[in-house]
Amino acid sequence: MKTMRIVVAIAVASGLAVLAAPAAQAQPKDSLTIGLTLEPPHLDPTAGAAAAIDEIVYANLFEGLTRIDENGAVQPQLAKSWAVSGDGLVYTFTLKDGVAFHDGTGFDADDVVFSLNRARASDSVNAQKQLFAAMDKVEAVDARTVRITLSRPEGALLFNLGWGDAVIVAPESAANNKVAPIGTGPYKFDRWVRGSQIRLAATDEGRAIRKVTFRFIPDPSAQVAALKAGDIDAVANLQAPEAVITLQADPNFEVAIGSTEGETILAMNNTRPPLNDVRVRQAIAHAIDRQAIVDGAMFGFGTPIGTHFAPHHPAYVDLLAAYPHDPARARALLADADQTDLKLTLKLPPPTYARRGGEIVASQLKAVGITVEIIPVEWAQWLEQVFRGTDYDLTIVSHTEPVDIGIYARDTYYFNYDSPSLKALMARLNNTSDQAARNRILGQAQRTITADAVNAYMFQLAKLGVWRKGLKGMWRNAPVQATDVTGVRWE
Amino acid sequence: MLTYLARRILLLLITLLVASLAIFVILEVLPGDAALLILGIEAQDDTLAALRAQMGLDRPAALRYLDWIGGLAAGTTGISHTYDVPVSQLIGERLTLTVPLALFALFLSTLIAIPLGMLAATRRGRPGDYGVMGFSQIGMAIPNFWFAILSILVFAVALGWFPASGFPGWDAGVGTALWALVLPAFSLALPEAAILARVTRTALLDTLGADYVRTARAKGLAPRRVLWGHVLRNALIPMTTIIGLQFAFLLAGSIVIEVVFALPGIGRLIFQAVSQRDLVVLRDVILLLVALVVVVNFLVDVAYTAIDPRTRRAP
Repeated sequence: MKTMRIVVAIAVASGLAVLAAPAAQAQPKDSLTIGLTLEPPHLDPTAGAAAAIDEIVYANLFEGLTRIDENGAVQPQLAKSWAVSGDGLVYTFTLKDGVAFHDGTGFDADDVVFSLNRARASDSVNAQKQLFAAMDKVEAVDARTVRITLSRPEGALLFNLGWGDAVIVAPESAANNKVAPIGTGPYKFDRWVRGSQIRLAATDEGRAIRKVTFRFIPDPSAQVAALKAGDIDAVANLQAPEAVITLQADPNFEVAIGSTEGETILAMNNTRPPLNDVRVRQAIAHAIDRQAIVDGAMFGFGTPIGTHFAPHHPAYVDLLAAYPHDPARARALLADADQTDLKLTLKLPPPTYARRGGEIVASQLKAVGITVEIIPVEWAQWLEQVFRGTDYDLTIVSHTEPVDIGIYARDTYYFNYDSPSLKALMARLNNTSDQAARNRILGQAQRTITADAVNAYMFQLAKLGVWRKGLKGMWRNAPVQATDVTGVRWE
Repeated sequence: MLTYLARRILLLLITLLVASLAIFVILEVLPGDAALLILGIEAQDDTLAALRAQMGLDRPAALRYLDWIGGLAAGTTGISHTYDVPVSQLIGERLTLTVPLALFALFLSTLIAIPLGMLAATRRGRPGDYGVMGFSQIGMAIPNFWFAILSILVFAVALGWFPASGFPGWDAGVGTALWALVLPAFSLALPEAAILARVTRTALLDTLGADYVRTARAKGLAPRRVLWGHVLRNALIPMTTIIGLQFAFLLAGSIVIEVVFALPGIGRLIFQAVSQRDLVVLRDVILLLVALVVVVNFLVDVAYTAIDPRTRRAP
């Protein structure tokens, strides 16, 4: 039947041919499209912990008194300089001149006072309120000078002020920053197509990149496809380590493997028997083969760590030798602790490092006689059961906050570790502003938690940055979770 | 006819009310604290309490249910916990993608399936029939996300004809926007087309053997007029049922495709709302989908009566 044939032909052809439309246009050289895995819930970095917020607004849209640079060092930002009193209790900041918010309102000391008081208020919903805990008084000395008085010395104050949670906002616009953020950065908010993209526009004519689009692509293989198809120019932190080898071989792309603040640990519930026995925890630390986990779960990307600290930090102490992979030693320690037929649960949140790493950890523990039951959980479940409820034996998670060894001194934290000596160290750290002295204390803290085998330390997450050749100035490392494009340009 | 319609509409409203209660209760027992998800693992207790109060999570469940239903009855939706904008706005934005995508997929699936079904029915037992049945078997067996990934690799990455993912928005031009939807629509349409081709073939074969078809042939009508005028018209009822069900499925079931293609549709809104425990969004969207399925079924029933007046007398 001839008609039939024609109908079929039309049916098959129509999908491709009928909807003729222009193909993708060439990328103009003053714009940039970056692929992100997660869409931020909103754009106010002072009202949520989601890393996806800072990924977009940090340094680009919002600025703080100080900022953290690519290498994790503190740099001046809205404060051009500062002076610290001899007792370390009074910080006096001199502010930059001629700065305005994107809505045209001027920036002065009152904005700083407003922002910091808002962040530390009793009804504040700032996710990092402890950053401001030492502040006693924030005052405007004059329009260009701010004085912060502390109730106790806080050696990390300048670093803390560089967090996204401490950015300076204006009283006129603060309430709307979730949907219409107004900051002082070189890029202003342009448009948010929810579920799809957020666009920023440069505020000054001279900037090399005039338009920045952040596209949300949750699926890692879709990110790679979007890069190869030319939909996006860069992925700041690719979630598909398996794709890195092919991207490295592709002459169109540059792959930058940097470091992050993400310590990936096999966390243990220190109060739950038999994990309350240090020998059992040490046995587990000896049982895991870190390099095998990095190779097997992360395609070789990641740096083995022996303690809860980032290897790129000057205070890092290499403690890998404290618990080398030694199944015989692990078995001996277990026998010593009278644990011959140990059964433990391992709750795994959704990220790849946890799910894939967990399988390998389970088989390594099996080799020393520990039977592990793997329980996959969603993120919300993990937060509620493991983190809040401490209802778990073992779990794998990456701690991505910078210099966060202080969590080991908290009274209620999910590993249930309680050490007076570590608490004393952290108290001393807070009272010390001298960097060399601080680094020494941080080193002692690292040795303490490793000696106690609070957790088994696995590896530091790598940052897998991929971008089109010719794009310069993207961050290689991620000392804070930001995609700082303020220094990016096409060449 | 009027009493029939009134009864159907009343039934529809009761269904929605029961569904709303079920949705609320199920979401209540879902583990996970929205405030904790927003503030993360560094948050302190007083901050969490402040946020919970701000979100209204400290009110009793019964009150929150009444707030919700009362609001809906008055025509207002809640404010999304995570996005901080009214849920109606979120849903509105997402529907401008999901509805056209579902219609596009439905159009493609019908366009592919009906001619194939007709081809198979009229060539029963011959190579054409086997070819169509083979296609249908494959189409039903292939998971649509797999087909989606494959089509991205072939048509976006290798050939560069389509964008690999994302949606430029309708303001980028209807042509550009539709172009971005071609691969997702095909991925959604393929399994639907496979099923619909089968249903069409069976429905046509059933009617081809009917007495009135023999009569029509005996009257000397041309085979083409028999097929279009008598056979197809009478086969429309089972086909309409399937198409109606498919539309509801395409609206609700596009989560995977929307995630694979990074499309800002209703499916991804659900996906995100679940992972972020944004119950305010979740309950409205689920209720909307329930309403869509119920309404589409209702419309399909009404369509029956238009196609075949005899069903009007049915109880």
